[in-house]
Amino acid sequence: MAVRDDVVNTIAAFSLFADLTGPQLEEVAHIFDEAFFGEGERILRQGVSGSGFYIILEGTAAIRVNGADRSSLKAGDFFGEISCLLGEVPVADIVATKALRCLVLPAAQLEGFLTAHPRVMYRLLQGEARKVKNTTKWLS
Amino acid sequence: MGSGPGGLQLSYSLRRLGIDHAVLSDDPAPGGMFRRWPVFQRMLSWTKPHTVVERTSRAYERFDWNSLLADDEPQRAVMPALMDGTSYFPSRPEMQRGLELFAERTGIQVRFGCRWESTKVIPSPAGGGGQGGGQDFVLTTSDGEYRAPVVVFAVGVAQPFRPPIPGLELAPHYGDFRPVETYRDRRVFIIGKQNSGFEIASGLLPWARQLVLASPSPTKLSVDTHTLVGVRARYVQPYEDAVLAGGVLILDTTIESVARQGAVYRVQTRSPHEGRERAFEADDVIAATGFITPLRDLSTLGVATFGQSGLPAQTPFWESATVPGIFFAGTITQGAKGLKKHGIPSNSGAVQGYRYNARVLARHLAETKFGVPATRERLDAAGLVPYLLEQLSNGPELWHQRAYLARVINLDRNTGISDEGIVPLQYFLDSGGGDAVAATLEANGRDNPYPVVYVRKDGSVVEHALAPDPLLDFTGPDYQGELRKLLELVLSGAASPA
Repeated sequence: MAVRDDVVNTIAAFSLFADLTGPQLEEVAHIFDEAFFGEGERILRQGVSGSGFYIILEGTAAIRVNGADRSSLKAGDFFGEISCLLGEVPVADIVATKALRCLVLPAAQLEGFLTAHPRVMYRLLQGEARKVKNTTKWLS
Repeated sequence: MGSGPGGLQLSYSLRRLGIDHAVLSDDPAPGGMFRRWPVFQRMLSWTKPHTVVERTSRAYERFDWNSLLADDEPQRAVMPALMDGTSYFPSRPEMQRGLELFAERTGIQVRFGCRWESTKVIPSPAGGGGQGGGQDFVLTTSDGEYRAPVVVFAVGVAQPFRPPIPGLELAPHYGDFRPVETYRDRRVFIIGKQNSGFEIASGLLPWARQLVLASPSPTKLSVDTHTLVGVRARYVQPYEDAVLAGGVLILDTTIESVARQGAVYRVQTRSPHEGRERAFEADDVIAATGFITPLRDLSTLGVATFGQSGLPAQTPFWESATVPGIFFAGTITQGAKGLKKHGIPSNSGAVQGYRYNARVLARHLAETKFGVPATRERLDAAGLVPYLLEQLSNGPELWHQRAYLARVINLDRNTGISDEGIVPLQYFLDSGGGDAVAATLEANGRDNPYPVVYVRKDGSVVEHALAPDPLLDFTGPDYQGELRKLLELVLSGAASPA
């Protein structure tokens, strides 16, 4: 319940929260939980239920499908939203490739959070659009 | 290090396994934080004196959240026998007495009044277990130096914390709460809307002229979350007073500053949504802003911490994620978050959860650091399904540590079926290994708890959730049929020699 200054300062620079005021950023730091994952630790597990929406504060992670690394993630990136939004199990492992500090929101709370913060929802949609564009480019 | 419930449980469990160790404590007697808190002298965790099971049974642990675990009958279920019967939430002095009695009856030896001052790592000529096997830890204390290959810190999350709000250092912390009558007819502003804030508000309801509780995020209630997340039912009265407009205000707001103007405080707040600023005058401000982990100089050794409570990041077996050889016990083990499925944390922050972590940790240390292997009982194939369903229905570790600890059975084609015991679920899922099954209870914040079975075959793990049961009994024929079917493929392999 504290003012989590370091978290607030970190997320203030993320595009996902670019439209929020100071008190709103502080609220985000309180609503989300913080988690730490050591190098090599799995955050999301392919096929295992009950995961959440994660935003990377520090560190890097790999997107691993059937044991093969497909892409990487860094500070400011987010993951887990697809399984939260669709109510399905993750289709990939997310594995910390360097010690990872994240903010996390349980899947059941994502809808309420996004509808209460429409500008974050818009920024998240932009992120999804970028992912679709990159995938389309890669496929063509 | 530490003589609260976490340190006592670990010491007991290590001694049962024959592992030499020393317990050091800054305190004068057993009990840890329960020698001081909660401020209103009543626990938030229950011990039900009358239940459907015998007090001496393992199943009783599900209803007794406060007694430490023991193998022998006279040392088990210490708490219900000493409570005075006026409440099934023990008083703080009863809890303290229970911990003292446990230490007495089990003969736990602690060097009390021994203050841990600093920590260093040195090369170990004997090839100790710390720092990858070649180094020892040296703890400098008020009683001299102690050296060991493995150190376990069970020092609680007990150091009062104030967030860096300008002027908040002027306000007393939860731990500095005065006798309740001194708040008579005063306006009290409580910063924090978790259990400690609501505990104080509940106690002040008959005394204070006005109560304000404020923090940025909305109040959660345990009866809504179906977990221990949120304000417990015991402390919900101020919430009802607020929603019925009875002199209590509960605000979702940031605290911008606290200032003293003569005899009164002025608290400046700002709403996250409208951005509206409000100023409150109060006769008392109380910072119910939580506690942090007193890890002294461990960060200089490289122990990584995270979150508001400064918890050390840990592996599934409660070892520092960044400094091998440093372990944790007690409420600090909530830093090993496990899967946190559906956003629901383990109960590792509370006695009823971490007492099991300590037992699992003792066995892990014995096996991996001191070469003392545990016995793994053999099971026959016909008994496997009833055994697992009995564990799911009555195993206290599974009830208290849902989706966190699991009963694991090895289904090895060569050596047959054996009980691996209680294992962190995250370790089972991520460590790989032979064919096996892990059974646990899980919750999703909506339904009753339900069994989940993870079957590992040829290196791949598949999750199977079974249906919840309104009577919380998973031993019936439907469960038997479903579990038998799930295990059939692996069982047929396990039953026949290679």
